[in-house]
Amino acid sequence: MFESLSDKLDSALKKLSGQARINEVNVGNALRDIKRALLDADVNYAVTKNFIEQVRKKALGAEVIKSVSPSQMIVKIVFDELKEMMGGEQVDLNLKTNRIPAVIMVAGLQGAGKTTFVAKLALHLKKRGRNPLLIAADVYRPAAIDQLKTLGAQIEVPVFAIEEKDAIKTAKQGIEYAKQNARDIAIIDTAGRLQIDEEMMQEAETLKKMFNPEEILFVVDAMIGQEAVNTAKTFNERLDFDGVVLTKMDGDTRGGAALSIKTVVNKPIKFVSSGEKVDDLDIFYPDRMAQRILGMGDIVSFVERAQERLDLKKSEELQKKLLQNEFDLNDFYAQIQEIKKMGSLQSLVSMIPGMSKMIPADQINEKEMKRVEAIISSMTKEERRNPDVINGSRRARIAKGSGTSVQEVNSLLKQFAEMKKMMKSLTKLDKAGRRITADNIPIERLAARR
Amino acid sequence: MGFFDAFKLSRLKEGLAKTRENLFGKISRLVKGRTKIDEEFLEELEQILISADVGVPTTLKIVEAISARAKKERYTSEQELDAMLRDEIQKLMRDAREVTVVDFDAQLPKKPYVIMIVGVNGVGKTTSIGKMAHNYKSAGKKVLIAAADTFRAAATEQLEIWAERAGVPIVSQGQGVDPSAVVFDAVSSAIAKDVDVVLVDTAGRLHNKTHLMEELAKIKRVMKKKLPDAPNEVLLVLDGSTGQNALNQAKEFTKAVDVTGLILTKLDGTAKGGVVIAISNELNIPVKYIGVGEKIDDLQLFNRQKFVEALFE
Repeated sequence: MFESLSDKLDSALKKLSGQARINEVNVGNALRDIKRALLDADVNYAVTKNFIEQVRKKALGAEVIKSVSPSQMIVKIVFDELKEMMGGEQVDLNLKTNRIPAVIMVAGLQGAGKTTFVAKLALHLKKRGRNPLLIAADVYRPAAIDQLKTLGAQIEVPVFAIEEKDAIKTAKQGIEYAKQNARDIAIIDTAGRLQIDEEMMQEAETLKKMFNPEEILFVVDAMIGQEAVNTAKTFNERLDFDGVVLTKMDGDTRGGAALSIKTVVNKPIKFVSSGEKVDDLDIFYPDRMAQRILGMGDIVSFVERAQERLDLKKSEELQKKLLQNEFDLNDFYAQIQEIKKMGSLQSLVSMIPGMSKMIPADQINEKEMKRVEAIISSMTKEERRNPDVINGSRRARIAKGSGTSVQEVNSLLKQFAEMKKMMKSLTKLDKAGRRITADNIPIERLAARR
Repeated sequence: MGFFDAFKLSRLKEGLAKTRENLFGKISRLVKGRTKIDEEFLEELEQILISADVGVPTTLKIVEAISARAKKERYTSEQELDAMLRDEIQKLMRDAREVTVVDFDAQLPKKPYVIMIVGVNGVGKTTSIGKMAHNYKSAGKKVLIAAADTFRAAATEQLEIWAERAGVPIVSQGQGVDPSAVVFDAVSSAIAKDVDVVLVDTAGRLHNKTHLMEELAKIKRVMKKKLPDAPNEVLLVLDGSTGQNALNQAKEFTKAVDVTGLILTKLDGTAKGGVVIAISNELNIPVKYIGVGEKIDDLQLFNRQKFVEALFE
């Protein structure tokens, strides 16, 4: 339980040693962790490198709010940056046209989920009062047309297909059919293709040239790895698509491809698709995506909570006391109250990477926290200010008052004494000119001494 | 044309040949002219590996192994460095031949030999089954396909087309039925008809959907009721362009149905599929086949050496 307080101490000490701002020293480690997190999320190598550089420049000199470490602060900065990069305004489908039908074309690699997506999109549009027609222009994959027909029947949207295995003819006749049958949107499902398959890429180009779609959507599997960049780039060069659709988002992929694609082609992500049910289509939320990619959403919310809830004035007083080594049980009690404001101890610890390694979950005891509170509450002001006066009979009284045992009172007093010693040694180190930062604070060494 | 001109021409040819060699792969470009392993080399290596989806932990492992070995062995030539690189990476990958019969024409240890194909959506399970059926059939084996993807619209139709192309029979009951029932039927039929190989196609499912993974485990259990040894193999199909999530896929599918091997598909593009190194290394699951196209004979036996070479191309 004392360890969990070390965070508060960290931030106090960080102040002492002049780490209130992000500098070259404390930015290094944090950025290394973030680089790793992005690569683990499948963000492209070059994109990651550039992104990290940008963040480094942005972060330098930024003020670190109290109660968080510089590295936590950097994570927050990275998150904000990520969110901004992925975001911008929500861009709608570009369907403001007088042409009937308006044409939407989807393209992408094999297995990205185009056919399932077009069905979802058709339903989405139908619910908004449109009359879509699905055109089955994937004439290559066995039974692709059957698949679209089955899905079309499910959502009660007509599907146009012809016998002949010719995507261009299919599209042409399909659009004609839409015109004659009062279908105001024609959605062309094209075959999956590799971006290096020249013949197939030409087919896609021809479709674009001939039918001049209002909207071309690039559909990509959210699980795609480093290849995302090559694929998106080539598809964009050939088709100049209008938006991106991320599919299979109901998996546990971190989806770094979203950042890679956004960086390389700078086209908006218009939909995310999750699940095989035809109504599982979602609009895209940049902040959720940023959290998912970074995988450090816990720290982000920790920093936000700390920003919101901690009483800054109290923190400052505490720091002053720490500096003068006047920290007593009153302050300790106040600390516990502050920490309680931020949620349960367990959730706090689990939110900080590395922390949970230092303090296994089964060792965090909310009950013990309460017991400590009760013990301190049973002390007089004088006792709290100067624990040295607590003799045998006082101990017995405190134990009785708090419903604990003398042993428990003893152990609390002992731990508190140790903690004071630890803080003393830290301030000494600092006076000796050693740099103590939140990153190099010798917690383990100090813990070992306990 | 004088003597010297001829001399020059041959030099030119030599030069061109060298250039060609250099272009052959990043691996040779990487080691070209290196007299020592320095930071620059290691960073370039790191970039190549990560860009091939090898993943950070495995990349670091390889980079560390190389720099440690270089310190110890003090390589003297490019060839030695080249060999060291290939060796270190190949070492991480298990050879499928150690665990299973790989060649299609080899004698299979059991009859019927049941192979279950699993994977997430859109990786190419059905296509891979079509190709495997074709290969086994061409090798003179009697093959039966079980259409146990009863979920996805038109999955059965797709599989029927592949079965027809390969010229092998298929057991199917259409969309919406219990896949375990289809598999039970197929295995019973295989025993009755003296079939050599049963290929079981299952519906694509994301590995984090517990109920679907349980369904897969159930298919396996039901199969065992008819044939205690079945399935003799469980092959996980991975899309070659998938990133680090493939590792999660392998872990979860292994938990549910004990994956014995991998099929890495869609390697005809520029994707490298480097994540299988991590899978092979961490979970000890070898890659058995690779898919390199959409035609029926576009399935190849996995070759570690070629795979590593392609990583650097």
